[in-house]
Amino acid sequence: MATTPAASAQDGPADAFLSGAKGTGPGHESLRHAPGPYFGSYGGRWMPESLIAALDELEDTFEKAKIDPDFLARIADLNKNYSGRPSLLTEAKRFAAHAGGARVFLKREDLNHTGSHKINNVIGQALLAQRMGKTRVIAETGAGQHGVASATAAALLGLECVVYMGAEDCRRQALNVARMRLLGATVVPVTNGSQTLKDAINDALRDWVANVDTTHYLLGTAAGAHPFPAMVRFFHEVIGEEARGQILEQTGRLPDAVCACIGGGSNAIGIFHGFLDDPDVKIYGFEAGGEGVESGRHAATITLGRPGVLHGARSYLMQDDDGQTIESHSISAGLDYPGVGPEHAYLADIGRVSYEPITDAEAMEAFRLLCRTEGIIPAIESAHALAGAMKVGQRLTAGTNNAEETIIVVNLSGRGDKDVETAAAWFDLLDASTAAEAAVEAVNRATDAGPDAGSPRNDAGEDEAHGWTGE
Amino acid sequence: MDLRAGSKSAAAIDRARAQGRAALICYIPAGYPDVQSTIDAGIALARNGADLIEIGIPYSDPVMDGAVIQAATTEAIANGFRVSSVFDIVAAITAATDAAVLVMTYWNPVLRLGVDEFARRLADAGGAGLITPDLIPDEAAEWLAASDKYGLDRVFLVAPSSTPERLTRTVAASRGFVYAVSIMGVTGTRTAVSSSAEKLVANTLAAGADRVCVGLGVSTADQVREIAAYADGVIVGTALVAALRDGGVPALADLTKELSSGLRPAGTEAD
Repeated sequence: MATTPAASAQDGPADAFLSGAKGTGPGHESLRHAPGPYFGSYGGRWMPESLIAALDELEDTFEKAKIDPDFLARIADLNKNYSGRPSLLTEAKRFAAHAGGARVFLKREDLNHTGSHKINNVIGQALLAQRMGKTRVIAETGAGQHGVASATAAALLGLECVVYMGAEDCRRQALNVARMRLLGATVVPVTNGSQTLKDAINDALRDWVANVDTTHYLLGTAAGAHPFPAMVRFFHEVIGEEARGQILEQTGRLPDAVCACIGGGSNAIGIFHGFLDDPDVKIYGFEAGGEGVESGRHAATITLGRPGVLHGARSYLMQDDDGQTIESHSISAGLDYPGVGPEHAYLADIGRVSYEPITDAEAMEAFRLLCRTEGIIPAIESAHALAGAMKVGQRLTAGTNNAEETIIVVNLSGRGDKDVETAAAWFDLLDASTAAEAAVEAVNRATDAGPDAGSPRNDAGEDEAHGWTGE
Repeated sequence: MDLRAGSKSAAAIDRARAQGRAALICYIPAGYPDVQSTIDAGIALARNGADLIEIGIPYSDPVMDGAVIQAATTEAIANGFRVSSVFDIVAAITAATDAAVLVMTYWNPVLRLGVDEFARRLADAGGAGLITPDLIPDEAAEWLAASDKYGLDRVFLVAPSSTPERLTRTVAASRGFVYAVSIMGVTGTRTAVSSSAEKLVANTLAAGADRVCVGLGVSTADQVREIAAYADGVIVGTALVAALRDGGVPALADLTKELSSGLRPAGTEAD
């Protein structure tokens, strides 16, 4: 099995891209490389006419690039020598006890440059922006991971970068705002509507309409208007290609189950893609169940949503009886989105992938367990996949006396550095750190005129932050 | 074609044309600040020179709207606006005036209610048709069928970025008139109307359109006059919403009267 992007792409044009172009309807033998614009009745282009020419240009550029050996070699080189691919497949032997004793393997996207799978997509799209002669990229971001990745790719390729981020998220993720500014991006706090990720996408689309001649919209997930869902998946397919090769190499066979978390669904579609045509591999997508799907405060779009159109695609959508988008809720900002990529909607309808909600509490318990059993702090998004894997492992091993013959691959889509504050609050660790700060202050006071007296650290930090905004 | 002959929008534009002028098309959001105000505002628009009226359905994710209209529609939703009340608004304005009343809506609220059901209720209310800022003909099969069934106009948008092929396709799918977006951007007032608008109108007419109206960024009588020289109709939105916000229906009426003065050549008086 191909384990490098170049190799996987080489097998693409020969078979799957061409056969995939015939469609993905029932009866079609392969679910891989679905070309869009439609995935069953989902997908499409529910977009203002003003943007159609740009979408056509992007589609044309992408369709040529994905069969261009030079382009694929450039991506393969950056994946290897910049992002750090292939990412590891790590067996989580102590965590496995919490998954019914099944063998659990973690696809370590957390080890990529910038700390998540997001880098795969931004490198691909930033290169496409260059090919189109565009000098400016814009992006939306929730927690800041896609914004940071976009700012990173823009810095690498010398592109101007503007990131739209909900004002509330800017406050909650101040460090990621600073990271983007360090990387040279302009961060625009969005104060419209609900001031969340969906409103950041709305403002990015408004920017794009006005600046489409110079600007590429670097959408961060496998959603939106065609060609975004198929294109973003293409850049993430490397996850599934690698994982499939690695699990075969390490265990000699395919896994029984593959698990990933779903917000818009880009990390999930990337790893699922490697296994879609392996009928014996069960595939699970775990949505954010928030405070519980019965609470109304969740982001379980496929579980409870109804088909509709948002941000350019027809898919499942959290909406009220008037078709107004309902605000989603999740402890994980990366899953806190009321829509989902159209290919997932299709895979749900045909029953190829099972989508289930994981509550905040279940995710945080899995988060804690992975920290304690494996020495890996996962992103809270990825902790939803871990919690799901625990359930799946317990289910699949129930009644068997050789649980270790069950194999589960989990996409560990990102690392949890960004989530330390949230986790510390959740696990009530803040008292301890506050106590530690108080102790430091007490020492400073005791030494009286020490270099840190009068807490100059905070003041200096403020000044530096303003220095970065001044650009 | 029977349907074309039955187009309420086309008839309203043609009435203006018979008077030797372009049509004035005025937008206000439904339910801003409440349903009765929208009815009063719509009637005031018609009595002060609007030939066609667009009633906008407030939507949670209005990607083609600038700050002023976003603020108004967000307030309407916060005030409890429900989509079904748009039919009451259309019926009340249609009953009280001669203006053609269109509904401008993002597509998901129509999908939610059901395209056929929405069309049926709009036709029952006496509405002229729909303006659809985020629906392109490529995705509109259901709407093409429903609008044919109920005799409604379907106003699609064309933009300066539209290719000749897309202009042809959009013109062919449209009924009533074609909405030419004057600039690449979202709704909002602008000091100058882009020169791209005139070129777009010419290209759209060349692609076979019978009636082309221009919107986005138009806020003054001078701009109305400039556009009326080459388009079949001039569409004003944000400036009217701002007037409604700042001075209620009286301010809206005054601005409409002022804008309609731009439909006559400079220096002439109303008859």
